[in-house]
Amino acid sequence: MKHLALAAALLATAAPLAAETHRVEPGAGAGERLQEALILAAPGDIIELGKGRFALTDGLSLDVDGVTLRGAGMDATVLDFSTQQGAGEGLLVTSDNVTLRDFAVENPKGDGIKSKGADNIIYSRIRVTWTGGPLATNGAYGIYPVESTGVLVTGSKVSGASDAGIYVGQSRNITVRGNIVEANVAGIEIENSRNALVENNTATRNTGGLLVFDLPGLPVMNGGNVILRRNLVIDNDTVNFAPPGNIVASVRRGTGILVMANDGVLIEGNIFENNPTAHVMVVAYNQAFDDARYNPYARNVIVGPNTFGRGGDDPQIEGKAQLLAAFGGALPALMWDGIAQDGNGLTIGEGVSGWTLGLSKPGQNLAEARPAPLGLTPVESWTFPDVGAPAELEARLR
Amino acid sequence: MKHGLALLALACVSFGAVLSHATVPETEPVNDAAVVGEGFPKSLSEYAFFQDAQKQDPNRGVHRYALNTPLWSDGAEKLRFIYLPKGTQMVAGGAKDGAKDGAKDGGGLLQFPVGAAIIKTFAFGEGDARRLIETRVLLHRADGWTALPYRWNADQTEATLVLAGGRADLVTPAGEAISYAIPNKNQCKGCHAKDGQVIPIGPKARNLSSQWLGQMVQAGMLDRVPQGANRLPVWASRSDTAPAAPLARGYLDVNCGHCHQPGGAASNSGLDLRWEQGGTHAIGILKRPVAAGRGAGGHEFAILPGAPDKSILLYRMDSAEPGVAMPELGRASVDRDGAAMVRRWILEMKPQ
Repeated sequence: MKHLALAAALLATAAPLAAETHRVEPGAGAGERLQEALILAAPGDIIELGKGRFALTDGLSLDVDGVTLRGAGMDATVLDFSTQQGAGEGLLVTSDNVTLRDFAVENPKGDGIKSKGADNIIYSRIRVTWTGGPLATNGAYGIYPVESTGVLVTGSKVSGASDAGIYVGQSRNITVRGNIVEANVAGIEIENSRNALVENNTATRNTGGLLVFDLPGLPVMNGGNVILRRNLVIDNDTVNFAPPGNIVASVRRGTGILVMANDGVLIEGNIFENNPTAHVMVVAYNQAFDDARYNPYARNVIVGPNTFGRGGDDPQIEGKAQLLAAFGGALPALMWDGIAQDGNGLTIGEGVSGWTLGLSKPGQNLAEARPAPLGLTPVESWTFPDVGAPAELEARLR
Repeated sequence: MKHGLALLALACVSFGAVLSHATVPETEPVNDAAVVGEGFPKSLSEYAFFQDAQKQDPNRGVHRYALNTPLWSDGAEKLRFIYLPKGTQMVAGGAKDGAKDGAKDGGGLLQFPVGAAIIKTFAFGEGDARRLIETRVLLHRADGWTALPYRWNADQTEATLVLAGGRADLVTPAGEAISYAIPNKNQCKGCHAKDGQVIPIGPKARNLSSQWLGQMVQAGMLDRVPQGANRLPVWASRSDTAPAAPLARGYLDVNCGHCHQPGGAASNSGLDLRWEQGGTHAIGILKRPVAAGRGAGGHEFAILPGAPDKSILLYRMDSAEPGVAMPELGRASVDRDGAAMVRRWILEMKPQ
């Protein structure tokens, strides 16, 4: 009996059995009521947002582990930051095992939702929208997990981000699945991150659809092991509206997938249509850097079978007219800068046509490019590690 | 109450301090239970940190302090206090383990006993017109530091807990009408967190005067005067001709370094603005933005030597617009003096 009591007590402290649900409705003082609920929540609690529009003047933040913040649907519950006066994002999450689902964030002054050092986080059916369309004055990132292990972003929708709609940075074990990213500079960006699965997303009307970057000078480096598969990457033709100075400001309008540096990227089973510069672009980091930890080469990039539709027919590339003439009116689906380290640059599968700039080292002047058809022999098979968010995250949504 | 009085009597007798206390009205001592307890006291008066709160006269055991270079908060006057429970003292960190100029211990951050508290009141206006806006407390409890914000009422008789923060319309000393933001409890942590733990920011040896530290040692409140004390310049007595670098670096350390450091809230930017950071790239020189978005203002580098108007760092200091302005929290207006010093520093750098 005593033992049972002890066991019960232990259980109670380890995992509160009586998780509470706190309901917050829009209306007068909603911002303060919601923020107070976020602060006073106990681990495991659910905070339920009512239907309607929450007018918010300040950024919100959550720092309690295991909390679920749930709305009545991405069109029914809107956190409206149109009159935001402070903070760098709409909602900031700094605790672990948090679930965000079924609500929208509109017009945040900075980023939409940022989660930093927040392990095992889920974003499910979240909408982040800058309602004025693609503008340089919009915030940088819509959904922004960074420095986290275990990230699942699913069923969400971001548009108008002046950097990336969904940006996962300096993180590990990531799944980005079934989202719609539209009219952002970059649709989805995986940066300085490892073990990321990006699948079944729709990226359309962005400047660039899906980006995989590895950049120097950051606390977390050595991005790689990224799979991009079964995504719909179509009509990414929005003029780049990123504020100059940011790395994505260099993304050319009409890029489907862009891999810059990184170790290990697999691109297969995607459908590409009408990406006027290139369906797929694989390049080295070409700016000067001062970081001994950094490798600027794109290594071990595999472009397997994909469905390539019309594209490359209005490239934003120097010497466009001559290039189009040389390649018969449209550039091949895959563009490579030709820069490989120890022969471990690019591998292609059957049916992948490409061209190379014929460069040989990172940072080389583009004027030295010698464009030519890709001279690679397709391979039939390859191995690539299993990547993605822990199964526990998928299970939590069921 | 009874217990408190008995303690007080004991204290007076044992320290022979009867005379010095004779003129002071018999106020209750600081409420240690409120400091170390688990809850969030609803009002500031529950702690009894002050003999006269409106005048900000500290209670026994509560000591004023000042910083060489302070954090700028819309020009607010700041009244800073440390509370130490009877019989306890602060411990100088760092030098004991050989850390150079406090590099390994947060710049010589003083170590506080459990039960200690740090109190900071924000006020605007001078003399009789002074209005207390908010008081923030950092409570050192058994499980770590807890940060709580309190908002003063219109009558200035009491400050009430505002877990969710709040806003107050006021006019800054520079004459700007602003909506002043009182941070919520999480935002307190936003600046005070390092590696997920809340810690004090201000009372670092390098930003405290040797004189004050000496007084604390003499009074038995501190074990010794730490090495590396008093390193940061005294901002209030700066001159236009003094070298800009130490003043600007001190300013950036105090105003930005708590987030922009490894383990801080802005660690992912890779920008490290602490005083001890010696790397030029890490402090922003020719460093490209990572996640600045429109905060970059169209500029390529955090700092472009010799070109303050092409430096993101200054662009963000010069802005009061949410999403652009840095720091993100704690100011609604621009610190003209701080920006001018950073401008002069960047201007004095040799173009590369």
